[in-house]
Amino acid sequence: MLYNSSVTMTLTRRKAMARLVVMGGGVSGHTAATFAKKWLGSDHEVVVVTPNAQWNWIPSNIWVGVGQMKKEDVVFPLAPVYEKAGIDYRQAKAVSIHPDGKADSDTPYITIEYTGQGKEGQTEEITYDYLINATGPKLNFDATPGLGNGKGQLGDHTVSVCTADHAIHANLELQQLFEKAKTEKQKVLVGTGHGLCTCQGAAFEYIFNIEHEARKAGVRDNLEIKWISNESFIGDFGIGGLHIKRGMYAASSKLFAESLFVERGVDWMVGAHVNKVEEGKVHYELLDGSTGEEEFDFAMLIPPFAGVGLKAYDKNGEDMTDKIFAPNGFLKVDADYTAKPYEEWKASDWPRTYQNPEYKNIFAAGIAFAPPHPISKPMQSPNGTPITPTPPRTGMPSGIIGKAVAHSIVDMIKNGENAHIHEASMAEMGAACVASAGKGLTDGTAAALTVYPVVPDFEKYPGIGRDLDYTFGEIGLAGHWIKHILHHLFIYKAKLKPGWTLIPE
Amino acid sequence: MASVDHSIEKNIKAYEQSFEAMVPTPFVKFMRTCLIWQFIRFIIINIKMIIVVQKSH
Repeated sequence: MLYNSSVTMTLTRRKAMARLVVMGGGVSGHTAATFAKKWLGSDHEVVVVTPNAQWNWIPSNIWVGVGQMKKEDVVFPLAPVYEKAGIDYRQAKAVSIHPDGKADSDTPYITIEYTGQGKEGQTEEITYDYLINATGPKLNFDATPGLGNGKGQLGDHTVSVCTADHAIHANLELQQLFEKAKTEKQKVLVGTGHGLCTCQGAAFEYIFNIEHEARKAGVRDNLEIKWISNESFIGDFGIGGLHIKRGMYAASSKLFAESLFVERGVDWMVGAHVNKVEEGKVHYELLDGSTGEEEFDFAMLIPPFAGVGLKAYDKNGEDMTDKIFAPNGFLKVDADYTAKPYEEWKASDWPRTYQNPEYKNIFAAGIAFAPPHPISKPMQSPNGTPITPTPPRTGMPSGIIGKAVAHSIVDMIKNGENAHIHEASMAEMGAACVASAGKGLTDGTAAALTVYPVVPDFEKYPGIGRDLDYTFGEIGLAGHWIKHILHHLFIYKAKLKPGWTLIPE
Repeated sequence: MASVDHSIEKNIKAYEQSFEAMVPTPFVKFMRTCLIWQFIRFIIINIKMIIVVQKSH
């Protein structure tokens, strides 16, 4: 496909100094920016635009949420790291993309609004030659009345562990609950706060950490703990479940997940769309169309994700957001977005290069790319309410995609627009996941899991969609130790300490 | 007659959803925290994860 005129012009500037702008400084954006800068050296510019002053190792927020870690253990300031790397860091949120430039200039640019660095509220334009959208998600609490506060933030009725600050608040509430549970029965509800949530794994990890801490605190007998989820079966995890070998059988993740719930005395409800949250009560609709209410004294409900609300404008200032973004606000990439039934889904629907089809100098990485469809089978209640996990794009896939995108852009800068574009399809990559309960080195246990590939390929692996030799899981201390190691390893890597490039994503 | 450890079945209630789940035996639970066995599993899981990571890059 031909570049449009503005891109051609900017690419001709490549021979001088090219500028890569990365929107977002999370796992994917940070990985992309740091590798790009390392490979490009001082010949070219890398700019990171992120509203956050700190980098957060999100998986460990779970431990913050039960008081086993402090915020300082899971975050570090970005500015000194980017200064060391030679990356131009702007603490700001990206507001709009102008891929064709403006009336008097063909140079593409983005607009940003500062959230720190002493320039709070100021806006600025940053031109780019290449752009990576790695903004991550908007935590869409307001999608469920009462889950949000009506202003886009977490409401008063539930807690969250999506950010380190949310996790601190969650722990404060949890400790108060434990105090009450010393004298009276209390009820805990953990899961998803909407029918279209993802990240069930985080909620899964949190519920078993609460259960573990409750036993340590001696209040387990006074706690009723319940799981509520939009999965059609426990163990779906937004990836359509998985099979692992056990006892000469290939057994479904449903068996193992249910086993853990029963072993720990945790009740569950699945196929649930939480449609309203009030003080001490959620209202829900189930896949069979029935409705109900569930009371709680403490609830952690994951919100649904949406794009961060970036706008796109053409040269004349006309809104063209729908040209490069999907309706959910995520950036369109090289996926097959043709609407088709579950039975016709293919692994090849999933993007390989994460390059925007309209603008070849724009890429997406991590949660910011628009998936072609869910991974789990879409379901809806007889009332027409969709109740289906949306696909996870966090963690290991997020880092791998960020690195692949950075590699592609570096090659394009160095070798021209016909350079090799690197591929990282989620239908051809695996993911490792460790869900830990407890933090002590000898008293915690974890479910260590790998899945290969993330997106099942039913043509290559008929029946279960995955390679049984590389999809495995087990519960034990070993996984718990790995969780500890990963915590320190990834923070070490993100701080760009010696040998950081040797640590895989 | 030796007493039977009912601890693994205590959360199961007949004809409720917990009744359909498999539960770990005391031996399985012991092995999950047996330091020697878990050290061996630690090595094996790490090797497996490294293979999956290599296949994914």
